[in-house]
Amino acid sequence: MCTVCGCGAGEVKIEGGAHEHTHVHADGTVHTHSHEHEQDHAHGHDAPPAGAHAHPHTHADGTTHVHEHVHQGDHAHGHAHTHEHAHADGSTHSHAHEHEHEHHHHHEHAIGGDLDYGTGPARAHVPGMSQARMVQIEQDILSKNNTYAAANRQWFDERGIFVLNLVSSPGSGKTTLLCKTIELLKDKVAINVVEGDQQTANDAERIRATGVPAIQINTGKGCHLDGHMVGHAMQRLQPKDESLFLIENVGNLVCPAAFDLGEHHKVAILSVTEGEDKPLKYPDMFAAADVMLLNKCDLLPYLSFDADLAEANARRVNPDLTIFRVSATSGDGLSAWLDWIEAGLEMQRGKHGESVDALKARIAELERQLAAR
Amino acid sequence: MHEMSLAEGVLQLVEETARREQAWRVKLVVLEIGRMSSVQPEALRFCFDAVIRGSIADGATLEIVDVPGCGWCMKCAATVPMQELYGACPTCGSHQVQATGGTEMRVKEIEIE
Repeated sequence: MCTVCGCGAGEVKIEGGAHEHTHVHADGTVHTHSHEHEQDHAHGHDAPPAGAHAHPHTHADGTTHVHEHVHQGDHAHGHAHTHEHAHADGSTHSHAHEHEHEHHHHHEHAIGGDLDYGTGPARAHVPGMSQARMVQIEQDILSKNNTYAAANRQWFDERGIFVLNLVSSPGSGKTTLLCKTIELLKDKVAINVVEGDQQTANDAERIRATGVPAIQINTGKGCHLDGHMVGHAMQRLQPKDESLFLIENVGNLVCPAAFDLGEHHKVAILSVTEGEDKPLKYPDMFAAADVMLLNKCDLLPYLSFDADLAEANARRVNPDLTIFRVSATSGDGLSAWLDWIEAGLEMQRGKHGESVDALKARIAELERQLAAR
Repeated sequence: MHEMSLAEGVLQLVEETARREQAWRVKLVVLEIGRMSSVQPEALRFCFDAVIRGSIADGATLEIVDVPGCGWCMKCAATVPMQELYGACPTCGSHQVQATGGTEMRVKEIEIE
């Protein structure tokens, strides 16, 4: 969500994402509203701190979770909703309204709007003395996203699921390559797909046409998927243990590089109809990726593209990059790419098996201890 | 890139801290932005001003501490200054330089009352 690529607080929409909120305010005020998540959905999932209010909400698929959410700042929900407010003084009113804009309201729920000067470090107020003080934070700006991503990765690892995040500029042939890969692998392994695009569900429909479950995330104004969105999508898809989970990111060679989704590898796709110097122009993405697929290689005879130079440029940015030359339309070179995926699946299965064996051994040990009592 | 979501990330950290400290106002936000991070300080300032409106940090001053780039050159076996990520070593010209400083994007501290 950047000004550079034209995105502000986005309008993230995950397919089938209607849900209901009930809020309880610190002063006991309750209101409920149901809404569709057409707008930005940037809630944390931590326990609600004092003064904030919590939202338990139930998604269309039946999963429930609670969100913290503080009304001190911008209240940037854009949706139609109905409020029923019971105020502290006993009066009740309800109103339905629609707002598609951010609006600022300070929910100061201290009764009567009292000012509290007893909240300084000494919990007391000294007349005329400013209570300004410095507080160390020392936290990475992306730490919130990284926390979501780490939770996703743990969830996938516990189930032995192998996850790839496909990134490239628009038009490099990501979706075609994905469809081809799915066709060749779907008889061997269960596959789920998350599709990220600003608008439309076209790509998810193309994936569903291959017969595997897919979910579209529309990022609205956003330029990348983030860990929170993928967390929702994976909960909704409920992939099988030891399956393959593919995420097609928004077509963008810049922003998705910085946002970990919980994948095991980023796979960058560069097509031969682009420039050989793309890895040098957009180094972050090629440095963040573990694999590069040089796509549309069937067109090489008709182009002046120097594939060796492109590979050399990519390796200059990332010496450890694994590169496959492929053509999604002709199928050339895909076997090496599929072998690489199968090796990854095998490794995840191995880890999963080990953790299951470790759990079984633990159960056996505990049962032995119980029997001995 | 994506300075708007970074600015929102900054605001989130600031709001969490301010809430925990029971502050009613944030006066100053200090960030450490490495010269080789993917952040444009000017774009971040612009976005920060936009996202703090109406929040507890409304009107807060943004201070950005610039962190110069440096890296470890494998060939020279030394720490060398770096101008750009994935750039060459200024001494030997090798590209085998691992960035060790200047890639950070951190919220360092805030002043509240």
